[in-house]
Amino acid sequence: MTGADAPGHAARQAVEAAWRIEWPRLVAALTRLAGDIATAEELAQDALVAALEQWPRDGVPPNPGGWLMVTAKHRAVDRIRRDANFARKLELLGREAITAEQPVGEPDSAITDDLLRMIFTACHPVLTPPARAALTLRMVGGLTTAEIARAYLVPESTVAQRIVRAKRTIATKRIPYEVPAGPELTQRLDSVLEVIYLIFNEGYAATSGDRWVRAELCEDAVRLARILTGLLPEEPEAHGLAALLELQASRTPARSDADNGLVLLADQDRSRWNRLYIRRGFAALGRAHTLERGRGRAPGRYALQAAIAAVHAMAPTAADTDWRRIAGLYALLAERFPSPIVELNRAVAVSMVHGPGAGLDLVDKIAGSGALADYHLLHAVRGDLLERLGRAAEARAAFERAAELTGNEIERELLLRRADSGSNPAG
Amino acid sequence: MRSLILIRLDPAAAPEGGPDDQLMKDMNELIEEMTKAGVLLDTAGLRPIEEGTRIRQAGGTQTVIDGPFTESKEIVGGYCLLQTRTNEEAVEWARRFLRVHGPEWEIGVEVRQLDGEG
Repeated sequence: MTGADAPGHAARQAVEAAWRIEWPRLVAALTRLAGDIATAEELAQDALVAALEQWPRDGVPPNPGGWLMVTAKHRAVDRIRRDANFARKLELLGREAITAEQPVGEPDSAITDDLLRMIFTACHPVLTPPARAALTLRMVGGLTTAEIARAYLVPESTVAQRIVRAKRTIATKRIPYEVPAGPELTQRLDSVLEVIYLIFNEGYAATSGDRWVRAELCEDAVRLARILTGLLPEEPEAHGLAALLELQASRTPARSDADNGLVLLADQDRSRWNRLYIRRGFAALGRAHTLERGRGRAPGRYALQAAIAAVHAMAPTAADTDWRRIAGLYALLAERFPSPIVELNRAVAVSMVHGPGAGLDLVDKIAGSGALADYHLLHAVRGDLLERLGRAAEARAAFERAAELTGNEIERELLLRRADSGSNPAG
Repeated sequence: MRSLILIRLDPAAAPEGGPDDQLMKDMNELIEEMTKAGVLLDTAGLRPIEEGTRIRQAGGTQTVIDGPFTESKEIVGGYCLLQTRTNEEAVEWARRFLRVHGPEWEIGVEVRQLDGEG
């Protein structure tokens, strides 16, 4: 018999799984009870340690989530008895029935509310963007600090410190543990969506390091977006973001070659795009549109970007891409959510419809405004357009400038290759 | 990582009339929970094997056989496609799927990680 058959092994597996599955809900509920995230984490940790001791001996309980919740609440009561400072919290705990019979300890709506409180707290604008991302991955995604550190290619101590500081900020600034209401909800929801989007982008086009794609981080972000649609099923932009991320993630298998090199959209083997993610993306986009129409509103920024990703997804080959439609969607995006990045993307689409000269005019307008001067993709796009116009020397300079500016090794190699090929037509 | 959970059962040993209302309710709750946890990519039950077709190829010759297949004892009755960070997590969701079934069920699952993933 192998170790895999031992009951101890199965129990350890169950604890490992419970950590991942139950941790966010456990800590979210305990934060409401204990009043702060740090105490909640300690209590949840205590409960998991108790599971590690007891499950191998007594067997995995039929309702692991409920067991952990009840155990954590008992631990809380024990602590309160030992520590007079927790007297106030005992009163709070007293209001909660401590019973193992309830499914996962709480009715479904309570879980939803607790998780929503947690995600709005973790994404609070008072925190720095890296702190928001780390705290969200930890408290809502259920990742360990080591996993977050690996995903972001930073030392574990950096992530741990970021999280500790974020929790301290939440405590000292007295950030209420609640879901904002009214107009504040819209504003704060933007922050939540942005955090998930930034996490995805860090995985999709790593800003540093020697790997082009960090697929696990993308998966974490898509999962967070899916969780958010479950928590806020009536919010169109939650579905818009989920649609965008599913559609972008569908391309992951085709974005790297065998040597982990970057493969551009036009060169991707589209048979490797994940059809299921595309289908899920379309479904989420449809949901976003339906909800927006129901509210008499135009599509939001993520739904519009998802619509652009959907046009790419619909094209069987790069040559079949409906660039006219994409240029139109970028124009709409630029009108409603103006930004130089959107303008840059619009320039690419326009160049595909009206030729590289028309695209270059737009890019030079952005460059002339001083925006994105240090953004490598501005120079990469410029290089591409100049090359298509036969202006090889200028193209080379633009690609070299782009290569200087990128922090990603794989991207740098590609840009330098393009700089070389432009000056050497035989290559 | 993505894992395919194949649900296997012996239709001859399954309760008459298939899943009862309680099981359907519990199952729907679990599916909703998996969806909200962001792990469930796709799931479906499969039509009875009697309606299925098997195509075998050996030595370059194909044989097409329509159901029923009397020799099959255990068959695949449905599947879930999950996306999780660890294998343990996929196994635990599969166990929860089995757990909603009452003692009248003799049922198993196979948890298979998709190839080519971390």
